[in-house]
Amino acid sequence: MPRSIKKGPFVHYKLVKKIQEMNEKNEKKVIKTWSRASMILPDFVGHTIAVHNGNKMIPVYISENMVGHKLGEFAPTRIFRGHPGTKAEKAAKKK
Amino acid sequence: MARLAGIDLPKNKKAFIGLTYIFGIGRTTSFKILNQAEIDPDKKVNELTEEEIAKIREIITTEIKVEGALRSEINQNIKRLMDIGSYRGLRHRRGLPVRGQRTRTNSRTRKGKRRTVAGKKKAPGKK
Repeated sequence: MPRSIKKGPFVHYKLVKKIQEMNEKNEKKVIKTWSRASMILPDFVGHTIAVHNGNKMIPVYISENMVGHKLGEFAPTRIFRGHPGTKAEKAAKKK
Repeated sequence: MARLAGIDLPKNKKAFIGLTYIFGIGRTTSFKILNQAEIDPDKKVNELTEEEIAKIREIITTEIKVEGALRSEINQNIKRLMDIGSYRGLRHRRGLPVRGQRTRTNSRTRKGKRRTVAGKKKAPGKK
């Protein structure tokens, strides 16, 4: 179920504050954030935000298309390195 | 023979079922269209008059997206997700379920036919 419109989009308040300050000063700095659930607002476009993936910060450059998505969508938390056993198969195929 | 949006409608079906043969029209939309055109939904397709067909055609072309246009919109939406590098886009790229379903078992619709992995050991013991 989607979020109630009445509440407005959820964005961590500190994140909004930082972005607004930067917009006023016309600065571009990378902001670190752990708030993966924050929605990307139109104000964020053009900034780079480092989103935590549980291990490290992933720099995400915000483009216009990303508005309305959550920050966490752009910082994957899992790395798929293939299944055990398939490696040998792949190597064999290459040869 | 009624031809709408590049699709031949089945002759012997009722109008509201006939319309669902067009990609992008289900039963609800079909009823809406027929109501708007003031046509009895239970009328058979081959009993529709030319005027009625023209009416339906007008509604379809002006108000709803069907067939090719709809398909290309869907593909564009998927492509957008892939281009912005979102999680949903990544799942589309890999051909895995997008909405958080389990993949340990099932999800064969997305993954396609089973490919057995060589070298997987069977659980020892009971038959």
